Amino acid sequence: MLGKFHNSLPFLIVCVMGAAVTGGLAWRGAFAARRQASPPQAPAPGATAPQQAGPALNVVVLDPAHGGSDLGARGATGIDEAPLVLDFARAVRASLEAQGLRVVQTRIGDEDPSFDDRSATANAQRGAVFISLHVSSTGPNGQVRVYSEPQAIASDATPPAALSFPSQNGMLPWDRAQTPYAAASRKLAELAQAALAQKFAGSPGIPMYSSVRQLRTVAAPAIAIEISSVSVAKREDLLQMTNGLADCVAQAVAAFRPVYQAGAH
Amino acid sequence: MSTRARYAVMALMLAVVIGAFYLPRLWRSVRSLGTPAETEEQARRAIAQTPVATSSDVKASAQMFWISPTNSTSLSPVDIQLPLSADPAQRCRQLLAALATQAPMATMRTLPTDTELLALYLLPDGTAIADFGDSISTGTPSGILSEQLVVDSMTQTLAASVPQVHRLKILLQGQEADTLAGHLDLTGFFAVGIPAPPTAPAPATTGVQ
Repeated sequence: MLGKFHNSLPFLIVCVMGAAVTGGLAWRGAFAARRQASPPQAPAPGATAPQQAGPALNVVVLDPAHGGSDLGARGATGIDEAPLVLDFARAVRASLEAQGLRVVQTRIGDEDPSFDDRSATANAQRGAVFISLHVSSTGPNGQVRVYSEPQAIASDATPPAALSFPSQNGMLPWDRAQTPYAAASRKLAELAQAALAQKFAGSPGIPMYSSVRQLRTVAAPAIAIEISSVSVAKREDLLQMTNGLADCVAQAVAAFRPVYQAGAH
Repeated sequence: MSTRARYAVMALMLAVVIGAFYLPRLWRSVRSLGTPAETEEQARRAIAQTPVATSSDVKASAQMFWISPTNSTSLSPVDIQLPLSADPAQRCRQLLAALATQAPMATMRTLPTDTELLALYLLPDGTAIADFGDSISTGTPSGILSEQLVVDSMTQTLAASVPQVHRLKILLQGQEADTLAGHLDLTGFFAVGIPAPPTAPAPATTGVQ
């Protein structure tokens, strides 16, 4: 039977395909080895380093926090955070799409993806920023605060040398994915907070640092925006901030696009 | 009166005397059935709660950080007199207990009043590990701002009175928790006594709504 198969056309096709696959893999391996073997070229003294342009920013991942059985902050008058942030997200999405940006939401309905699922949605995108939307329980009503991950992680017991990212093998630890993006996140937070402070009286002029759990596992510039608060008398009091919020976020992302492309991330 | 009737009256009187002794005890037993028994949670707290005061305590001035009465988004220091131990771990326990219970006004409170510190250990490298009961999580209003203020009030209060502490690790029920109340990451450590980055900057004055 084997002898018959040797002389057949299918056998020939299998041989040709096998050779093609093996050759392709060998070429890829050799190319990767060459890239690793060649040391980085030091620039000549006095020479200007060419500007390394990064990928263009073309995706915004919007994260309406909570959802499902997790209603988030709950006000005394029955205002819940989870449906509110979904409304905010729809308006922000429209503003961003008007700029030609692609928008991905971590949830579009009343579901509650885990922190890691939300991060996975962001980490699957290329050329993206991540914006998590929240409404607080406390704080003066009508103010908006922007948060980014602290740049120095007090949390690590490991020596500072081990904290350089990506690590030597090019891998990025999932639970510290935000660390190399902290400076870029800070820049995005500054732009957003400046725009929001102009729009919403009493909001701080500069963003705050906070170890927000959701941001820690996002491998992209990431910020959290929190609106105060569910303690307002009527839901409409918060919804009237929607257009202003959407405009400010779109304005901040537009200002951040050249920063992103210049390789600040 | 016949002899039989006399015996009957004597037996009746004896029964009344015995009843007079027995009835109060019976009444107490019936009343105790109405009061709820100590719950498992209360029993656990009673065992876990170590006395905060010790015989070596001296009354000292402690700087506590509670929510500012003029700005609900930031903390402000308040000096109070507290019996404080010379032992840094015990001092941490006393400060955190006071932080939860001795705020001058309810609006200045950062930690829920029923916060229970189950245990606190101080490692030689200056890491304080504070293990709280669930009430700190369930009693803290959900939100980045409110959760950040809880942690900041602890770290700033410890920094002011316990120079041996350099960082704080928060556990809930003896376990590492993902978040305090849905937002703030508890998987890491919080710096104590290091100038913190801005967490509550002054509000912008140029805003128009």
